Amino acid sequence: MNPSLRLRAAIVSIALFLAFIGIWHIATRGTGTVATMTPEYAKLMGLTATAGKSAMPGPLDVGAKLWEHVRRPFYDNGPNDKGLGIQLGYSIARVGLGYFLAVIVAIPLGFLIGMSPLINKALDPFIQILKPISPLAWMPLALYTIKDSGLSAIFVIFICSVWPMLLNTAFGVAAVRKEWINVARTLEVGTVRRAFTVILPAAAPTILTGMRISIGIAWLVIVAAEMLVGGTGIGYFVWNEWNNLSITNVIIAILLIGVVGMLLDQVLARFTRMVTFPE
Amino acid sequence: MTDKFISIEAIAKRYPGASGGEIAVFENLWLSMARGEFGCVIGHSGCGKTTVLNILAGLDEPSEGAVIVDGQAIEGTSLDRAVIFQSHALLPWRTVLGNVAYAVTSKWRDWDRAKVKAHAQTFIDLVGLTGSEHKRPSELSGGMKQRVGIARALSITPKIMLMDEPFSALDALTRGTLQDEVRRICLETGQTAFMITHDVDEAIYLADKIFLMTNGPGAVLAEIVENPLPKDRGRTDLHRHPYYYAVRNHIVDFLVSRSKTFATDFPGHDPRNVPVVKIGKPELVVASGPEELNQASWPGLSRPSTSS
Repeated sequence: MNPSLRLRAAIVSIALFLAFIGIWHIATRGTGTVATMTPEYAKLMGLTATAGKSAMPGPLDVGAKLWEHVRRPFYDNGPNDKGLGIQLGYSIARVGLGYFLAVIVAIPLGFLIGMSPLINKALDPFIQILKPISPLAWMPLALYTIKDSGLSAIFVIFICSVWPMLLNTAFGVAAVRKEWINVARTLEVGTVRRAFTVILPAAAPTILTGMRISIGIAWLVIVAAEMLVGGTGIGYFVWNEWNNLSITNVIIAILLIGVVGMLLDQVLARFTRMVTFPE
Repeated sequence: MTDKFISIEAIAKRYPGASGGEIAVFENLWLSMARGEFGCVIGHSGCGKTTVLNILAGLDEPSEGAVIVDGQAIEGTSLDRAVIFQSHALLPWRTVLGNVAYAVTSKWRDWDRAKVKAHAQTFIDLVGLTGSEHKRPSELSGGMKQRVGIARALSITPKIMLMDEPFSALDALTRGTLQDEVRRICLETGQTAFMITHDVDEAIYLADKIFLMTNGPGAVLAEIVENPLPKDRGRTDLHRHPYYYAVRNHIVDFLVSRSKTFATDFPGHDPRNVPVVKIGKPELVVASGPEELNQASWPGLSRPSTSS
Protein backbone atom coordinates (compact mmCIF):
# COMPACT_ATOMS: atom_id res chain seq x y z
CA MET A 1 0.00 0.00 0.00
CA ASN A 2 1.12 3.52 -0.71
CA PRO A 3 2.02 5.67 2.24
CA SER A 4 -0.65 8.25 2.93
CA LEU A 5 -0.76 11.46 0.91
CA ARG A 6 -0.08 13.43 4.05
CA LEU A 7 3.14 11.55 4.73
CA ARG A 8 4.34 11.86 1.14
CA ALA A 9 3.59 15.58 1.14
CA ALA A 10 5.54 16.00 4.38
CA ILE A 11 8.53 14.20 2.87
CA VAL A 12 8.47 16.46 -0.20
CA SER A 13 8.13 19.54 2.03
CA ILE A 14 11.15 18.56 4.10
CA ALA A 15 13.16 17.77 0.99
CA LEU A 16 12.34 21.15 -0.51
CA PHE A 17 13.26 22.88 2.75
CA LEU A 18 16.60 21.07 2.96
CA ALA A 19 17.34 21.87 -0.67
CA PHE A 20 16.57 25.53 -0.07
CA ILE A 21 18.77 25.67 3.02
CA GLY A 22 21.55 23.82 1.15
CA ILE A 23 21.49 26.18 -1.82
CA TRP A 24 21.35 29.16 0.52
CA HIS A 25 24.31 27.82 2.47
CA ILE A 26 26.39 27.19 -0.63
CA ALA A 27 25.49 30.55 -2.19
CA THR A 28 26.57 32.50 0.89
CA ARG A 29 29.76 30.53 1.55
CA GLY A 30 33.01 32.52 2.00
CA THR A 31 35.37 32.47 -0.97
CA GLY A 32 38.57 32.38 1.09
CA THR A 33 41.22 35.07 1.37
CA VAL A 34 40.73 37.70 -1.33
CA ALA A 35 43.35 40.29 -0.45
CA THR A 36 46.34 40.51 1.81
CA MET A 37 46.51 43.53 4.03
CA THR A 38 48.00 44.54 7.33
CA PRO A 39 46.17 43.16 10.36
CA GLU A 40 45.14 46.63 11.53
CA TYR A 41 43.62 47.48 8.17
CA ALA A 42 42.01 44.07 7.94
CA LYS A 43 40.34 44.65 11.31
CA LEU A 44 38.80 47.84 9.93
CA MET A 45 37.62 46.22 6.71
CA GLY A 46 35.85 43.26 8.26
CA LEU A 47 35.50 39.68 7.06
CA THR A 48 33.72 40.53 3.81
CA ALA A 49 36.77 42.24 2.42
CA THR A 50 39.45 40.06 3.95
CA ALA A 51 38.09 36.52 4.02
CA GLY A 52 35.63 36.79 1.12
CA LYS A 53 32.68 36.25 3.49
CA SER A 54 29.38 36.83 1.77
CA ALA A 55 27.56 40.02 2.77
CA MET A 56 24.35 38.02 2.80
CA PRO A 57 24.11 35.95 5.98
CA GLY A 58 23.94 32.20 5.58
CA PRO A 59 21.42 29.89 7.19
CA LEU A 60 23.77 29.13 10.07
CA ASP A 61 24.17 32.82 10.93
CA VAL A 62 20.44 33.33 10.82
CA GLY A 63 19.83 30.18 12.87
CA ALA A 64 22.31 31.25 15.54
CA LYS A 65 20.82 34.74 15.75
CA LEU A 66 17.31 33.34 15.84
CA TRP A 67 18.24 31.10 18.74
CA GLU A 68 19.60 34.16 20.53
CA HIS A 69 16.30 35.95 20.00
CA VAL A 70 14.25 32.97 21.06
CA ARG A 71 16.19 32.68 24.30
CA ARG A 72 15.72 36.34 25.16
CA PRO A 73 12.49 37.50 23.55
CA PHE A 74 11.57 40.22 26.02
CA TYR A 75 14.76 42.16 26.81
CA ASP A 76 14.58 45.93 26.70
CA ASN A 77 17.82 47.88 26.28
CA GLY A 78 16.25 51.19 25.41
CA PRO A 79 14.25 52.53 22.45
CA ASN A 80 16.29 50.98 19.65
CA ASP A 81 17.08 47.62 21.19
CA LYS A 82 14.12 45.60 22.36
CA GLY A 83 13.47 41.87 22.23
CA LEU A 84 11.53 40.49 19.29
CA GLY A 85 8.79 39.31 21.65
CA ILE A 86 8.18 42.89 22.72
CA GLN A 87 8.17 44.16 19.13
CA LEU A 88 5.75 41.47 17.98
CA GLY A 89 3.63 42.14 21.07
CA TYR A 90 3.28 45.81 20.09
CA SER A 91 2.30 44.89 16.55
CA ILE A 92 -0.21 42.26 17.62
CA ALA A 93 -1.72 44.66 20.15
CA ARG A 94 -2.16 47.36 17.48
CA VAL A 95 -3.67 44.92 15.02
CA GLY A 96 -5.91 43.52 17.75
CA LEU A 97 -7.20 46.92 18.78
CA GLY A 98 -7.77 48.28 15.27
CA TYR A 99 -9.33 45.01 14.20
CA PHE A 100 -11.60 44.90 17.23
CA LEU A 101 -12.84 48.43 16.50
CA ALA A 102 -13.46 47.39 12.90
CA VAL A 103 -15.50 44.38 14.06
CA ILE A 104 -17.62 46.61 16.28
CA VAL A 105 -18.37 48.95 13.39
CA ALA A 106 -18.46 46.62 10.40
CA ILE A 107 -20.70 43.83 11.64
CA PRO A 108 -23.66 45.90 12.87
CA LEU A 109 -23.35 48.21 9.86
CA GLY A 110 -23.09 45.21 7.55
CA PHE A 111 -26.25 43.79 9.12
CA LEU A 112 -28.04 47.05 8.47
CA ILE A 113 -26.86 47.19 4.85
CA GLY A 114 -27.77 43.55 4.30
CA MET A 115 -31.24 43.87 5.77
CA SER A 116 -32.21 47.22 4.25
CA PRO A 117 -32.05 47.66 0.49
CA LEU A 118 -32.46 51.41 1.04
CA ILE A 119 -29.37 51.74 3.25
CA ASN A 120 -27.54 49.42 0.88
CA LYS A 121 -28.19 51.67 -2.11
CA ALA A 122 -27.59 54.86 -0.12
CA LEU A 123 -24.20 53.80 1.27
CA ASP A 124 -22.99 52.01 -1.83
CA PRO A 125 -21.26 55.00 -3.51
CA PHE A 126 -19.35 55.82 -0.33
CA ILE A 127 -18.20 52.26 0.15
CA GLN A 128 -17.20 51.94 -3.49
CA ILE A 129 -14.99 55.03 -3.26
CA LEU A 130 -13.52 54.39 0.20
CA LYS A 131 -12.81 50.70 -0.27
CA PRO A 132 -10.01 50.92 -2.89
CA ILE A 133 -8.03 53.59 -0.98
CA SER A 134 -4.73 52.23 0.24
CA PRO A 135 -4.92 52.28 4.04
CA LEU A 136 -1.53 54.02 4.23
CA ALA A 137 -2.90 56.95 2.26
CA TRP A 138 -4.92 57.77 5.36
CA MET A 139 -1.79 58.02 7.46
CA PRO A 140 -1.03 61.74 7.03
CA LEU A 141 -4.63 62.64 7.65
CA ALA A 142 -4.68 60.42 10.73
CA LEU A 143 -1.45 61.91 12.07
CA TYR A 144 -2.75 65.41 11.50
CA THR A 145 -6.12 64.86 13.16
CA ILE A 146 -5.26 62.32 15.87
CA LYS A 147 -1.84 63.84 16.62
CA ASP A 148 -0.54 60.53 17.97
CA SER A 149 1.49 58.13 15.90
CA GLY A 150 0.45 55.02 17.87
CA LEU A 151 -3.24 55.79 17.55
CA SER A 152 -2.78 56.65 13.88
CA ALA A 153 -1.38 53.19 13.25
CA ILE A 154 -4.42 51.69 14.99
CA PHE A 155 -6.67 53.85 12.86
CA VAL A 156 -4.96 52.62 9.71
CA ILE A 157 -5.53 49.02 10.82
CA PHE A 158 -9.16 49.86 11.52
CA ILE A 159 -9.73 51.39 8.11
CA CYS A 160 -8.11 48.51 6.24
CA SER A 161 -9.94 45.75 8.13
CA VAL A 162 -13.35 47.35 8.01
CA TRP A 163 -14.13 46.82 4.30
CA PRO A 164 -13.89 43.06 3.83
CA MET A 165 -15.90 42.52 7.02
CA LEU A 166 -18.49 45.09 6.05
CA LEU A 167 -19.00 43.76 2.54
CA ASN A 168 -19.02 40.11 3.59
CA THR A 169 -21.46 40.75 6.41
CA ALA A 170 -23.78 42.68 4.13
CA PHE A 171 -23.58 39.97 1.49
CA GLY A 172 -24.04 37.14 3.98
CA VAL A 173 -27.05 38.81 5.57
CA ALA A 174 -28.67 39.67 2.24
CA ALA A 175 -28.12 36.13 0.93
CA VAL A 176 -29.79 34.27 3.80
CA ARG A 177 -32.11 31.72 2.23
CA LYS A 178 -35.63 33.08 1.80
CA GLU A 179 -37.16 29.90 3.18
CA TRP A 180 -35.39 30.30 6.53
CA ILE A 181 -36.69 33.85 6.75
CA ASN A 182 -40.14 32.53 5.88
CA VAL A 183 -39.90 29.97 8.66
CA ALA A 184 -39.20 32.77 11.11
CA ARG A 185 -42.05 34.83 9.63
CA THR A 186 -44.62 32.07 9.90
CA LEU A 187 -43.54 31.55 13.51
CA GLU A 188 -44.08 35.27 14.20
CA VAL A 189 -40.50 35.71 15.32
CA GLY A 190 -39.72 39.38 15.99
CA THR A 191 -37.04 41.30 14.09
CA VAL A 192 -34.41 41.21 16.82
CA ARG A 193 -34.89 37.53 17.61
CA ARG A 194 -34.93 36.76 13.90
CA ALA A 195 -31.62 38.60 13.46
CA PHE A 196 -29.98 36.57 16.21
CA THR A 197 -31.56 33.17 15.70
CA VAL A 198 -31.84 32.95 11.93
CA ILE A 199 -29.84 35.60 10.10
CA LEU A 200 -26.74 35.57 12.30
CA PRO A 201 -26.20 31.79 12.27
CA ALA A 202 -27.02 31.62 8.57
CA ALA A 203 -24.64 34.45 7.67
CA ALA A 204 -21.94 33.52 10.20
CA PRO A 205 -19.74 31.53 7.80
CA THR A 206 -19.69 34.42 5.30
CA ILE A 207 -19.05 36.96 8.06
CA LEU A 208 -16.18 34.89 9.45
CA THR A 209 -14.68 34.60 5.97
CA GLY A 210 -14.69 38.40 5.78
CA MET A 211 -13.05 38.58 9.19
CA ARG A 212 -10.38 36.15 8.05
CA ILE A 213 -9.60 38.26 4.98
CA SER A 214 -9.47 41.33 7.22
CA ILE A 215 -6.99 39.92 9.71
CA GLY A 216 -4.72 38.97 6.82
CA ILE A 217 -4.84 42.48 5.39
CA ALA A 218 -4.37 44.05 8.81
CA TRP A 219 -1.24 42.04 9.40
CA LEU A 220 0.10 43.05 5.97
CA VAL A 221 -0.58 46.71 6.66
CA ILE A 222 0.81 46.88 10.21
CA VAL A 223 4.36 46.28 9.00
CA ALA A 224 4.18 49.17 6.57
CA ALA A 225 2.39 51.38 9.07
CA GLU A 226 4.99 50.78 11.75
CA MET A 227 7.78 51.55 9.31
CA LEU A 228 6.16 54.96 8.91
CA VAL A 229 5.25 55.75 12.50
CA GLY A 230 8.37 54.20 14.06
CA GLY A 231 9.13 53.64 17.70
CA THR A 232 7.96 50.12 18.34
CA GLY A 233 6.58 47.09 16.54
CA ILE A 234 7.88 44.50 14.14
CA GLY A 235 7.61 46.87 11.17
CA TYR A 236 9.79 49.40 12.95
CA PHE A 237 12.18 46.59 13.88
CA VAL A 238 12.62 45.63 10.23
CA TRP A 239 13.38 49.20 9.24
CA ASN A 240 15.65 49.81 12.20
CA GLU A 241 17.68 46.68 11.46
CA TRP A 242 17.95 47.77 7.85
CA ASN A 243 19.42 51.02 9.06
CA ASN A 244 21.76 48.94 11.25
CA LEU A 245 22.62 46.90 8.13
CA SER A 246 21.75 43.75 10.06
CA ILE A 247 20.40 41.62 7.25
CA THR A 248 20.31 38.66 9.63
CA ASN A 249 17.76 40.40 11.83
CA VAL A 250 15.76 41.50 8.80
CA ILE A 251 15.52 37.90 7.63
CA ILE A 252 14.49 36.76 11.10
CA ALA A 253 11.83 39.45 11.24
CA ILE A 254 10.48 38.42 7.84
CA LEU A 255 10.27 34.83 9.02
CA LEU A 256 8.44 35.79 12.20
CA ILE A 257 6.00 38.06 10.37
CA GLY A 258 5.10 35.05 8.24
CA VAL A 259 4.67 32.76 11.23
CA VAL A 260 2.49 35.20 13.17
CA GLY A 261 0.39 35.92 10.07
CA MET A 262 -0.18 32.21 9.61
CA LEU A 263 -1.19 31.77 13.24
CA LEU A 264 -3.68 34.64 13.06
CA ASP A 265 -5.17 33.13 9.92
CA GLN A 266 -5.40 29.71 11.53
CA VAL A 267 -7.25 31.11 14.54
CA LEU A 268 -9.84 32.70 12.27
CA ALA A 269 -10.03 29.56 10.15
CA ARG A 270 -10.85 27.59 13.29
CA PHE A 271 -13.61 30.02 14.23
CA THR A 272 -14.99 29.77 10.70
CA ARG A 273 -15.14 25.99 10.97
CA MET A 274 -16.95 26.30 14.29
CA VAL A 275 -19.82 28.30 12.78
CA THR A 276 -20.02 26.46 9.47
CA PHE A 277 -22.95 24.09 9.23
CA PRO A 278 -23.24 21.22 6.78
CA GLU A 279 -26.34 21.17 4.60
CA MET B 1 -73.57 27.89 3.03
CA THR B 2 -71.98 25.65 5.59
CA ASP B 3 -69.34 26.54 8.14
CA LYS B 4 -66.65 28.62 6.51
CA PHE B 5 -63.59 28.12 8.66
CA ILE B 6 -61.35 29.40 5.92
CA SER B 7 -62.84 31.81 3.45
CA ILE B 8 -60.83 33.25 0.62
CA GLU B 9 -62.85 36.13 -0.76
CA ALA B 10 -62.29 37.71 -4.15
CA ILE B 11 -58.53 37.67 -3.98
CA ALA B 12 -56.44 38.67 -6.97
CA LYS B 13 -52.72 38.72 -7.55
CA ARG B 14 -51.20 40.91 -10.21
CA TYR B 15 -47.62 41.51 -11.19
CA PRO B 16 -46.31 44.35 -13.28
CA GLY B 17 -45.96 43.03 -16.83
CA ALA B 18 -42.96 43.44 -19.11
CA SER B 19 -44.66 46.01 -21.34
CA GLY B 20 -46.08 48.38 -18.79
CA GLY B 21 -49.41 46.78 -17.92
CA GLU B 22 -50.23 44.25 -15.25
CA ILE B 23 -50.44 40.51 -15.53
CA ALA B 24 -53.01 38.87 -13.30
CA VAL B 25 -52.06 35.42 -12.10
CA PHE B 26 -55.65 35.06 -10.93
CA GLU B 27 -58.59 37.38 -10.40
CA ASN B 28 -61.61 37.25 -8.15
CA LEU B 29 -60.84 33.89 -6.57
CA TRP B 30 -63.26 32.53 -3.99
CA LEU B 31 -62.62 29.43 -1.96
CA SER B 32 -63.89 28.19 1.36
CA MET B 33 -63.27 25.25 3.63
CA ALA B 34 -64.93 23.91 6.76
CA ARG B 35 -63.18 23.16 10.03
CA GLY B 36 -61.40 19.81 10.03
CA GLU B 37 -61.50 19.52 6.26
CA PHE B 38 -58.56 18.50 4.13
CA GLY B 39 -58.39 20.51 0.91
CA CYS B 40 -56.06 19.88 -1.99
CA VAL B 41 -55.40 22.26 -4.86
CA ILE B 42 -54.42 20.74 -8.18
CA GLY B 43 -53.36 22.68 -11.22
CA HIS B 44 -50.52 23.08 -13.64
CA SER B 45 -47.39 25.08 -12.82
CA GLY B 46 -47.96 28.80 -13.09
CA CYS B 47 -51.63 28.72 -12.16
CA GLY B 48 -50.91 30.52 -8.92
CA LYS B 49 -51.43 27.65 -6.47
CA THR B 50 -48.37 28.55 -4.49
CA THR B 51 -49.40 32.19 -4.49
CA VAL B 52 -52.78 31.22 -3.03
CA LEU B 53 -51.03 29.21 -0.32
CA ASN B 54 -48.57 32.02 0.42
CA ILE B 55 -51.42 34.49 0.72
CA LEU B 56 -53.18 32.11 3.06
CA ALA B 57 -49.97 31.78 5.06
CA GLY B 58 -49.53 35.54 5.15
CA LEU B 59 -46.17 35.36 3.38
CA ASP B 60 -47.64 37.13 0.37
CA GLU B 61 -50.34 39.75 0.08
CA PRO B 62 -53.21 39.71 -2.40
CA SER B 63 -53.47 42.66 -4.74
CA GLU B 64 -57.16 42.67 -3.93
CA GLY B 65 -59.58 40.78 -1.74
CA ALA B 66 -59.29 39.27 1.71
CA VAL B 67 -58.82 35.99 3.50
CA ILE B 68 -60.91 35.23 6.56
CA VAL B 69 -59.87 32.50 8.95
CA ASP B 70 -62.03 31.56 11.90
CA GLY B 71 -64.08 34.73 11.57
CA GLN B 72 -61.14 37.12 11.30
CA ALA B 73 -59.45 38.70 8.32
CA ILE B 74 -55.83 37.65 8.32
CA GLU B 75 -53.03 40.15 8.39
CA GLY B 76 -49.55 38.83 7.79
CA THR B 77 -48.26 35.56 9.10
CA SER B 78 -49.58 33.89 12.20
CA LEU B 79 -48.79 31.02 14.53
CA ASP B 80 -52.36 29.86 13.81
CA ARG B 81 -51.30 28.91 10.30
CA ALA B 82 -48.34 26.58 10.11
CA VAL B 83 -46.55 26.01 6.84
CA ILE B 84 -44.82 22.85 5.72
CA PHE B 85 -42.41 23.91 3.03
CA GLN B 86 -41.61 21.93 -0.08
CA SER B 87 -37.90 22.19 0.67
CA HIS B 88 -38.55 21.38 4.37
CA ALA B 89 -36.66 24.61 5.28
CA LEU B 90 -35.06 23.24 8.42
CA LEU B 91 -32.43 25.38 10.09
CA PRO B 92 -29.29 23.34 9.38
CA TRP B 93 -27.35 24.60 12.40
CA ARG B 94 -29.99 23.25 14.78
CA THR B 95 -30.68 19.66 15.69
CA VAL B 96 -34.02 17.97 15.09
CA LEU B 97 -35.05 18.83 18.63
CA GLY B 98 -33.66 22.35 18.20
CA ASN B 99 -35.72 22.92 15.08
CA VAL B 100 -38.95 21.81 16.69
CA ALA B 101 -38.12 23.60 19.94
CA TYR B 102 -37.54 26.81 17.99
CA ALA B 103 -41.16 26.72 16.85
CA VAL B 104 -42.38 25.82 20.33
CA THR B 105 -40.53 28.70 22.00
CA SER B 106 -41.83 31.03 19.31
CA LYS B 107 -45.38 30.19 20.30
CA TRP B 108 -44.96 29.91 24.06
CA ARG B 109 -42.23 32.38 24.95
CA ASP B 110 -42.54 32.01 28.71
CA TRP B 111 -42.15 28.25 28.80
CA ASP B 112 -39.07 26.92 30.54
CA ARG B 113 -36.56 24.71 28.81
CA ALA B 114 -37.85 21.41 30.18
CA LYS B 115 -41.42 22.14 29.16
CA VAL B 116 -40.39 23.16 25.67
CA LYS B 117 -38.29 20.04 25.32
CA ALA B 118 -41.06 17.74 26.51
CA HIS B 119 -43.56 19.37 24.16
CA ALA B 120 -41.20 19.17 21.18
CA GLN B 121 -40.42 15.57 22.02
CA THR B 122 -44.10 14.63 21.84
CA PHE B 123 -44.28 15.80 18.25
CA ILE B 124 -40.96 14.23 17.31
CA ASP B 125 -42.39 10.96 18.63
CA LEU B 126 -45.62 11.57 16.73
CA VAL B 127 -43.83 11.70 13.38
CA GLY B 128 -41.76 8.64 14.25
CA LEU B 129 -38.38 10.27 14.76
CA THR B 130 -37.77 9.08 18.31
CA GLY B 131 -34.04 8.54 18.72
CA SER B 132 -32.99 11.08 16.12
CA GLU B 133 -33.59 14.17 18.29
CA HIS B 134 -29.95 15.17 18.41
CA LYS B 135 -29.14 14.66 14.76
CA ARG B 136 -28.63 17.61 12.47
CA PRO B 137 -30.68 17.95 9.31
CA SER B 138 -27.63 17.10 7.18
CA GLU B 139 -27.55 13.66 8.80
CA LEU B 140 -31.16 12.90 7.87
CA SER B 141 -32.68 11.51 4.71
CA GLY B 142 -35.11 13.59 2.69
CA GLY B 143 -38.12 11.83 4.19
CA MET B 144 -36.86 12.28 7.73
CA LYS B 145 -36.22 15.97 7.09
CA GLN B 146 -39.79 16.41 5.94
CA ARG B 147 -40.97 14.56 9.05
CA VAL B 148 -39.16 17.17 11.10
CA GLY B 149 -40.90 19.83 9.02
CA ILE B 150 -44.24 18.21 9.84
CA ALA B 151 -43.38 17.92 13.54
CA ARG B 152 -42.37 21.58 13.59
CA ALA B 153 -45.63 22.65 11.96
CA LEU B 154 -47.76 20.49 14.24
CA SER B 155 -45.90 21.43 17.42
CA ILE B 156 -47.43 24.90 17.49
CA THR B 157 -50.92 23.30 17.31
CA PRO B 158 -52.03 25.48 14.43
CA LYS B 159 -55.62 26.03 13.34
CA ILE B 160 -54.60 25.26 9.78
CA MET B 161 -51.75 23.36 8.30
CA LEU B 162 -50.58 24.66 4.93
CA MET B 163 -48.53 22.37 2.75
CA ASP B 164 -46.80 23.41 -0.46
CA GLU B 165 -46.09 20.20 -2.37
CA PRO B 166 -44.53 18.75 0.76
CA PHE B 167 -43.70 15.36 -0.67
CA SER B 168 -42.81 16.18 -4.26
CA ALA B 169 -39.07 15.95 -3.62
CA LEU B 170 -39.31 12.47 -2.06
CA ASP B 171 -39.13 9.03 -3.58
CA ALA B 172 -42.37 7.14 -4.06
CA LEU B 173 -41.99 4.81 -1.09
CA THR B 174 -41.15 7.56 1.39
CA ARG B 175 -43.90 9.70 -0.06
CA GLY B 176 -46.39 6.91 0.59
CA THR B 177 -45.42 6.48 4.23
CA LEU B 178 -45.48 10.20 4.85
CA GLN B 179 -48.92 10.49 3.24
CA ASP B 180 -50.09 7.81 5.67
CA GLU B 181 -48.63 9.72 8.59
CA VAL B 182 -50.18 13.01 7.54
CA ARG B 183 -53.56 11.39 7.01
CA ARG B 184 -53.40 9.61 10.35
CA ILE B 185 -52.38 12.77 12.21
CA CYS B 186 -55.01 14.92 10.51
CA LEU B 187 -57.76 12.40 11.25
CA GLU B 188 -56.66 11.94 14.85
CA THR B 189 -56.38 15.62 15.63
CA GLY B 190 -59.14 16.93 13.39
CA GLN B 191 -56.59 19.21 11.78
CA THR B 192 -57.74 21.52 9.03
CA ALA B 193 -55.28 21.22 6.19
CA PHE B 194 -54.71 22.90 2.86
CA MET B 195 -52.30 21.30 0.48
CA ILE B 196 -50.91 21.94 -2.97
CA THR B 197 -49.97 18.98 -5.05
CA HIS B 198 -49.23 17.79 -8.55
CA ASP B 199 -50.05 14.23 -7.67
CA VAL B 200 -53.62 13.18 -8.44
CA ASP B 201 -53.41 10.02 -6.33
CA GLU B 202 -52.07 11.96 -3.40
CA ALA B 203 -55.01 14.33 -3.63
CA ILE B 204 -57.54 11.48 -3.84
CA TYR B 205 -55.99 9.71 -0.88
CA LEU B 206 -55.67 12.73 1.38
CA ALA B 207 -58.30 15.28 0.45
CA ASP B 208 -61.94 15.70 1.32
CA LYS B 209 -62.24 18.39 -1.29
CA ILE B 210 -60.12 18.77 -4.38
CA PHE B 211 -59.89 22.23 -5.91
CA LEU B 212 -59.12 22.26 -9.61
CA MET B 213 -57.47 25.35 -10.99
CA THR B 214 -57.15 26.25 -14.67
CA ASN B 215 -53.93 27.39 -16.28
CA GLY B 216 -52.56 30.83 -15.59
CA PRO B 217 -52.27 33.66 -16.21
CA GLY B 218 -55.84 34.52 -15.45
CA ALA B 219 -56.34 31.22 -13.62
CA VAL B 220 -59.70 30.45 -12.07
CA LEU B 221 -60.92 27.88 -9.62
CA ALA B 222 -62.90 25.76 -12.07
CA GLU B 223 -64.40 22.97 -10.00
CA ILE B 224 -64.53 21.58 -6.53
CA VAL B 225 -64.49 17.79 -6.55
CA GLU B 226 -65.90 16.19 -3.44
CA ASN B 227 -64.03 13.05 -2.66
CA PRO B 228 -66.51 10.16 -2.80
CA LEU B 229 -64.19 7.68 -1.11
CA PRO B 230 -64.93 6.72 2.49
CA LYS B 231 -63.11 8.43 5.33
CA ASP B 232 -61.46 5.21 6.41
CA ARG B 233 -59.84 4.60 3.04
CA GLY B 234 -56.46 2.94 2.99
CA ARG B 235 -53.66 3.72 0.60
CA THR B 236 -53.15 0.14 -0.45
CA ASP B 237 -56.69 -0.65 -1.57
CA LEU B 238 -57.61 2.84 -2.68
CA HIS B 239 -57.61 1.90 -6.33
CA ARG B 240 -60.08 -0.95 -5.74
CA HIS B 241 -62.82 1.38 -4.66
CA PRO B 242 -65.52 1.58 -7.33
CA TYR B 243 -65.43 5.37 -7.44
CA TYR B 244 -61.66 5.64 -7.51
CA TYR B 245 -61.19 5.64 -11.27
CA ALA B 246 -64.16 7.87 -11.80
CA VAL B 247 -62.63 10.55 -9.61
CA ARG B 248 -59.18 10.00 -10.97
CA ASN B 249 -60.28 10.17 -14.60
CA HIS B 250 -62.31 13.25 -13.92
CA ILE B 251 -59.30 15.04 -12.46
CA VAL B 252 -56.87 13.79 -15.09
CA ASP B 253 -59.29 14.81 -17.86
CA PHE B 254 -59.42 18.21 -16.33
CA LEU B 255 -55.64 18.54 -16.16
CA VAL B 256 -55.11 17.18 -19.66
CA SER B 257 -57.71 19.13 -21.56
CA ARG B 258 -60.23 21.21 -19.71
CA SER B 259 -57.68 23.20 -17.69
CA LYS B 260 -56.56 24.81 -20.94
CA THR B 261 -59.92 25.42 -22.57
CA PHE B 262 -62.01 26.18 -19.53
CA ALA B 263 -62.14 29.93 -20.01
CA THR B 264 -63.48 29.65 -23.55
CA ASP B 265 -65.77 26.69 -22.80
CA PHE B 266 -67.49 28.31 -19.86
CA PRO B 267 -67.56 32.05 -20.36
CA GLY B 268 -70.32 32.39 -17.77
CA HIS B 269 -68.28 30.80 -14.97
CA ASP B 270 -69.22 32.36 -11.65
CA PRO B 271 -66.16 32.45 -9.41
CA ARG B 272 -68.33 32.86 -6.32
CA ASN B 273 -70.37 29.82 -7.13
CA VAL B 274 -67.95 27.20 -8.33
CA PRO B 275 -69.59 23.96 -9.47
CA VAL B 276 -69.23 21.17 -6.94
CA VAL B 277 -68.70 17.79 -8.55
CA LYS B 278 -70.02 14.86 -6.56
CA ILE B 279 -68.93 11.72 -8.22
CA GLY B 280 -70.71 8.49 -7.53
CA LYS B 281 -74.04 9.90 -6.59
CA PRO B 282 -75.79 9.96 -9.94
CA GLU B 283 -78.69 12.11 -8.83
CA LEU B 284 -76.21 14.69 -7.68
CA VAL B 285 -73.62 14.44 -10.40
CA VAL B 286 -73.30 18.16 -10.50
CA ALA B 287 -74.64 20.33 -7.75
CA SER B 288 -74.48 23.49 -9.73
CA GLY B 289 -72.97 24.81 -12.91
CA PRO B 290 -72.91 23.55 -16.45
CA GLU B 291 -71.16 20.25 -15.85
CA GLU B 292 -73.48 17.62 -17.25
CA LEU B 293 -70.60 16.14 -19.18
CA ASN B 294 -69.63 12.54 -19.37
CA GLN B 295 -70.34 11.27 -15.90
CA ALA B 296 -73.45 9.28 -16.68
CA SER B 297 -72.07 5.90 -17.57
CA TRP B 298 -69.54 4.96 -14.96
CA PRO B 299 -69.39 1.43 -13.74
CA GLY B 300 -70.35 0.70 -10.22
CA LEU B 301 -72.38 3.81 -9.68
CA SER B 302 -75.24 1.91 -8.12
CA ARG B 303 -73.06 0.98 -5.20
CA PRO B 304 -73.85 3.29 -2.32
CA SER B 305 -71.05 5.32 -0.91
CA THR B 306 -69.96 4.04 2.45
CA SER B 307 -69.89 7.26 4.34
CA SER B 308 -70.56 10.97 4.31
